[in-house]
Amino acid sequence: MSDKPPSEVTVTINGVEVEARPGEMLIAAADRAGVHIPRFCYHERMSSVGMCRMCLVDIDTGRGPMLQPSCMAPVSEGMVVDTESEDTKRAQEGILEFLLVNHPLDCPVCDKGGECPLQDQTMAYGPGESRFVEEKRHFEKPIPISDLVHLDRERCILCDRCTRFADEIAGDPLIQFTERGNSMQVLTFPDEPFNSYFSGNTVQICPVGALTAAPYRFKARPWDLEQVESTCTTCSVGCRVAVESSRNELVRYLGVDVESVNHGWLCDKGRFDYEAINSDERLISPLVRDNQDRHQLLGTDWGSALARAAEAIQQAGPQRVGIIGGSRLTNEDAYAWAKLARVVIGTDNVDAQLGDGLPAEVVLSLPPATIADACDADTVLIVGPDLKEELPILHLRLRVAATKGQTKVIEIGPIATGAEPYAQRSIRCRSGEAAKTLTALLEGDDPLGNQLRDGSVVVVLGRASMAESATPALDVASVIRDRLPHATFLPALRRGNVRGALDMGLAPGILPGRTTIDHPSESLTSRWQTFPKKAGLDTTAMLQAVVAGQLDTLILLGADPLHDFPDRTLAAEAFQHAQTVIAIDNFVTESVGQADVVMPSTAYGEQGGTTTNIEGRISRLTQKITPPSSTRDDWMIAAELAWRLGGDIGLSSREEIWREIEQVAPSHAGVTIDRICAPETHEGILVQGSSIELSLPTPQEPPVVDGYGLRLVSGRKLWDAGTGVSHSPSLQHLAEESMLRVHPSDLHRLGVSSGAAVRVISTRTTETLLAVADDTILRGTAVLPFNQPGSRANRFIDATALVNDIRIETL
Amino acid sequence: MTEMGGTPIPHAPGFVANDTPRIVTARFDYEDSHTLERYEATGGYRGLRKALERTPEEVQTQVRDATLLGRGGAGFPAGVKWGFCPPGVWPRYLVVNGDESEPGTYKDRLLMELDPHQLIEGCLIACYAVGLSQCFLYIRGEMAVAQERVARALNDAYSAGYIGKNILDTEFSVDIILHWGAGAYVVGEETALIESLEGNRGMPRLKPPYFPASIGLYGQPTIVNNVETLSNLPWILEHGVEAFTGIGTESSPGTRMVAVSGHVQRPGVYEIVNGTTTFRDLLYSKEMCGGIRDDNQLKAFVPGGGSAPWFTADQLDLPFEASQVGPQGSMLGSGAIMVMDETTDIPAAALTLTKFYAHESCGKCVPCREGGTWLEQILRRVVDGRGTPRDLELLIEVGETICPGDFPHAAIPSKGIEAVPFPYRMTTICFVGPSAFAPIHSALTLFREEFEAKVAGNENRTMIEVAVDVR
Amino acid sequence: MKFFSEENLELADVIISRYPKPRSAMIPLLHLAQEQVGWVTDDAMAEIAELVGTTSAEVLGTCSFYEMFKRHQVGTYVINICATMSCALMGAEELMEHAERRLGVKAGGTTADGMFTIEGAECQAACTEAPCLQVNYRHRYRVTPDEFDSIIDELSSTDHNVPDHGVLSQIRQHIPEDRFVGAVPPGDVASAPVWMHDEGVD
Repeated sequence: MSDKPPSEVTVTINGVEVEARPGEMLIAAADRAGVHIPRFCYHERMSSVGMCRMCLVDIDTGRGPMLQPSCMAPVSEGMVVDTESEDTKRAQEGILEFLLVNHPLDCPVCDKGGECPLQDQTMAYGPGESRFVEEKRHFEKPIPISDLVHLDRERCILCDRCTRFADEIAGDPLIQFTERGNSMQVLTFPDEPFNSYFSGNTVQICPVGALTAAPYRFKARPWDLEQVESTCTTCSVGCRVAVESSRNELVRYLGVDVESVNHGWLCDKGRFDYEAINSDERLISPLVRDNQDRHQLLGTDWGSALARAAEAIQQAGPQRVGIIGGSRLTNEDAYAWAKLARVVIGTDNVDAQLGDGLPAEVVLSLPPATIADACDADTVLIVGPDLKEELPILHLRLRVAATKGQTKVIEIGPIATGAEPYAQRSIRCRSGEAAKTLTALLEGDDPLGNQLRDGSVVVVLGRASMAESATPALDVASVIRDRLPHATFLPALRRGNVRGALDMGLAPGILPGRTTIDHPSESLTSRWQTFPKKAGLDTTAMLQAVVAGQLDTLILLGADPLHDFPDRTLAAEAFQHAQTVIAIDNFVTESVGQADVVMPSTAYGEQGGTTTNIEGRISRLTQKITPPSSTRDDWMIAAELAWRLGGDIGLSSREEIWREIEQVAPSHAGVTIDRICAPETHEGILVQGSSIELSLPTPQEPPVVDGYGLRLVSGRKLWDAGTGVSHSPSLQHLAEESMLRVHPSDLHRLGVSSGAAVRVISTRTTETLLAVADDTILRGTAVLPFNQPGSRANRFIDATALVNDIRIETL
Repeated sequence: MTEMGGTPIPHAPGFVANDTPRIVTARFDYEDSHTLERYEATGGYRGLRKALERTPEEVQTQVRDATLLGRGGAGFPAGVKWGFCPPGVWPRYLVVNGDESEPGTYKDRLLMELDPHQLIEGCLIACYAVGLSQCFLYIRGEMAVAQERVARALNDAYSAGYIGKNILDTEFSVDIILHWGAGAYVVGEETALIESLEGNRGMPRLKPPYFPASIGLYGQPTIVNNVETLSNLPWILEHGVEAFTGIGTESSPGTRMVAVSGHVQRPGVYEIVNGTTTFRDLLYSKEMCGGIRDDNQLKAFVPGGGSAPWFTADQLDLPFEASQVGPQGSMLGSGAIMVMDETTDIPAAALTLTKFYAHESCGKCVPCREGGTWLEQILRRVVDGRGTPRDLELLIEVGETICPGDFPHAAIPSKGIEAVPFPYRMTTICFVGPSAFAPIHSALTLFREEFEAKVAGNENRTMIEVAVDVR
Repeated sequence: MKFFSEENLELADVIISRYPKPRSAMIPLLHLAQEQVGWVTDDAMAEIAELVGTTSAEVLGTCSFYEMFKRHQVGTYVINICATMSCALMGAEELMEHAERRLGVKAGGTTADGMFTIEGAECQAACTEAPCLQVNYRHRYRVTPDEFDSIIDELSSTDHNVPDHGVLSQIRQHIPEDRFVGAVPPGDVASAPVWMHDEGVD
């Protein structure tokens, strides 16, 4: 045996010695060595199946060369490989001829034509002509297997990629091979479509045009597409994505495989919500409230809109202005607004979160973890939202890691989540009682307690329900800091660049670079000179202040509090009381519709810059299309407002903004534009440092639900009534009308039959909803998804309460 | 008809008793051979008792020393296979392969129908020797009677204390779970059998890494043994290794069951002495098949199940000995001989087999899924008289994508052609794809003139004409 | 919609309990479904998916792989005529032609009265008794055209003991509770079984 360290083995590929990792498959080693072995079924993120036989190569392990599939051949010391031998070439030609036997040559009308592995490999390795004269297999083509994916079984080469993805990665084995042999075909069960949140990935990995995406079908030819690499900001996971356009219109996103984040996968919302950007309903002109008819917004020019906004800000005075939102913005935009607020307006009333997250100072000071840390941790503890619904690719990464045995997942929460099927244990507790449940687990003799104490732990922490305040989550953090001091955290925050917005100081008391207003960095004070010295209000407090007459002007930075703030009553009252509401957005949302001044901003794909994901990973956003001419970048709006307010934020380009961020934000020092733009950092640059000291409140005992009440749990769903989904024609019908779900015994106790309309009473409102029995719901709990068409759960929620209880009555 | 020796047994249709030693068919003479009463009265479960008196290690050694070759097709020694379980990995399982479906093969069904307790006893001995925690007895779906006989035998054996907890009041405990297939030839392949038993589509796994003894059922070490193989164990335990190796040859000891079908005087299932009996003995002796029907000439025979390359009269004197049959271009396989006399339409006969394997392709790998059906389509048009001489080349060329290089075949002394030894190389995952090509290759190599006769006159047909015609 | 009868549902639980993983019971449960109504309905597959903890698509994938599972109604008696080599050599084709004539349907078809389905089949492990056929998977040997006619006559009368299609073994495995060791799932056991005394024979 060789005396080499066991960390690598040497194999000879086409006469060249190549270092390979023990246990890796030959095809992967060859890929890294730059030797391409053709393949159809092999996919580096899924298990090998050796089905297509395209990757057969001559492998000699001492017993003479033998044709073996390189996707199933682990490298071994001294292995000699010939990928260009006569036998290999003959096999490749033969396999391609076989694959084409039943493949319809409808390439001219196939979405895949021009970027088709079967086409390309036939060109490179194929026989050039077919000797097959019989009738090809025929199937009805194509058939929709879900709302988003169509299947053409004639084109399918049965490589098992989509079916393997559905089972192995997504955990939604809703498509499967059916029949046998020459009749084999991929199908769903009758009337059970492939409704997976990840279905679009199957289209991307299909090596032929068998699977096509409904939103993209016949929209473009691959050779007309222009592509740039960017980062998805649909949620805060920050998946790398290739953005493609044709004739200045976004037509497709593809997942880009980066090791640290998404492994090439995207959720369907992230993949298809580009439709919203192309939407005719986009806000493309500034609007102002009609003085004659207060119900109307009238088109205006930028000058008038900016002047009116500046006037309202000036009239209010610094302490009476508040800025809500900003997590839709890029880091640069967020910084410009943070600076505008502090330096020019003079207010610290800024909050990128909509009362549905965790306090910024906690987010920025918890011991940080990465997604990879979580996937390699002995235990991942999830206390927060249903990741499958809200941070889908984080869910996917954890699911794959857990099913491979790399990590064990424990979740504590009030409802059944997407993690349940792969969790080592799902502990159900009443909303607000997670800390108590965790304490009991750690104090008892449950072996999970030891597992958590003795091994590495990553906590995914967030708010499980929009109907509970941040306190229960903070209490969990306290328990963990106290009893599991080695644990690190991944915050489960809502909305795309929320982490970046907090980093840039769009939170009360927080300054750019993860510092607080009490301890500003020198570099910042020297640059900013004047800024408020006292922490301002968060979103809830701002809305309350408006109602109390203490705040006059509200600025909505891509925020729709009427839909997204947990407490619609409070938001609506604030809107009524506000002197002026200024909204900057891509769409006229319900909240924007109530504003006095509306300014259209550029949207995703129309602007460059950077974004930061929940890990603190900074990655590039790339502009792909030219924005509608009358829209402006958010930072520009800030700069112009500053000018109208008689000030100056001193920023005139994105590059300049980043240079300033790099100088004033201590955590971001050294993260230069050059580094961000370097090809080797396309996965992003992880920035974990923070100068904020962690401080957590003493845990509180949650109130007891009274005998007639039900604790309300309201989580978000992937498909909801949010702007991205509701303005994407292919997605908008996917959100389901939601109903109040209650355990059957609770319904029975209340004398309500499943499916009946009931009166739902909370401290905020009384409304009629349909109630259905669901035995997966904890007794004493009622579940109503947030922001679904038809039922606005936030009508029932009091944002100031620790938890919210409701009562239901028969009509 | 000539006066025949041997004794057909009415309650065991197909079986013919003769005067060779009878190891696994000894009880077939009794009409109630399948009952526990008869089994116990004829020495049943004595092998198990003897095994339990020894250590598992001793039993395993005994089986290894007996050189009991697997009777399922591959002919690998059972004792050696047992030794492949990785040490220290538990639990281990036993899966009994009763999914007999290789064309021409017909012996496991008889053993299950006529002596189920012998099989059960064999399973128990294997479990005891190798430390197998649970046994799954997988019977082919289409064998309702075998299922009934085995079910009854299992129920009786459970009640009598032979199976389950604390067998015969020892600390040896194991369940045998009866399981039926549902109609898929490929499931007879051991990794496909495991997939099927896991509730999946019966598609073979790749070896390596999925050698069942190390990564088998639920990823655990799993022994997959054939029904006939296991049925030998009680006798070996009862009579000892020497008694067993005293029969047959050193490399192929004991007896084996062989089904001879097709154009012989007396088709039947015979228990023959391994290693020494020749094809001539089997096909021509009065004790056994008594020659070709109607005193016709032998044209060809398939010596080891439908997937085996064919032999002709030139190979009749080969014995049932793998080390001699392999170099002559074929295999003994599953103990199935199909005989074709001079009246046989060879291309048509080959088509029945190619059609079988094309139909039974699981569809997992491309060469078998696409190539098998294509071969069938080409051969069909040749048989129908619509093929061209070019098609004969195409058959071979398509076959070579499935099996690259020289395909094994028998020698043709009259033409001075030498044998190409077994086995073949393949681009497929398992042997089903190559099996679709084997009959075509054999038939074309040995009887090319019959194919040429079928395409004669079509020399000038263009591909377009053929295409229009076949559609 | 529930498919299994009360009795069969109990049986299904017993069958599942015998396997280390519930999914292994999928084929036995599909047989049970086919036994109940003669073929495998969509409802049956959906319920089996629930019972073994997977999706209906997975059950369909497995079910459709195996030829014995019929996903449409077939005759009370399914007659499989073997067409593989030995039977072909001994006249299977003629037998099939006769069967098609006699029953007035082509291979794969079912007679109008729902009594008979004829199918071409692959090797049935009765090659010495060629040509052979199976009626609901029970063999008939050396079947001549006349013999075929009398089989049809026999099945058309009440004087026979062939159960309806779907019923395979009429004897079920019964494991007495006090003798049942129980399924041994991987992960539940980490050491050698007791009788190995851990000394191992590795």
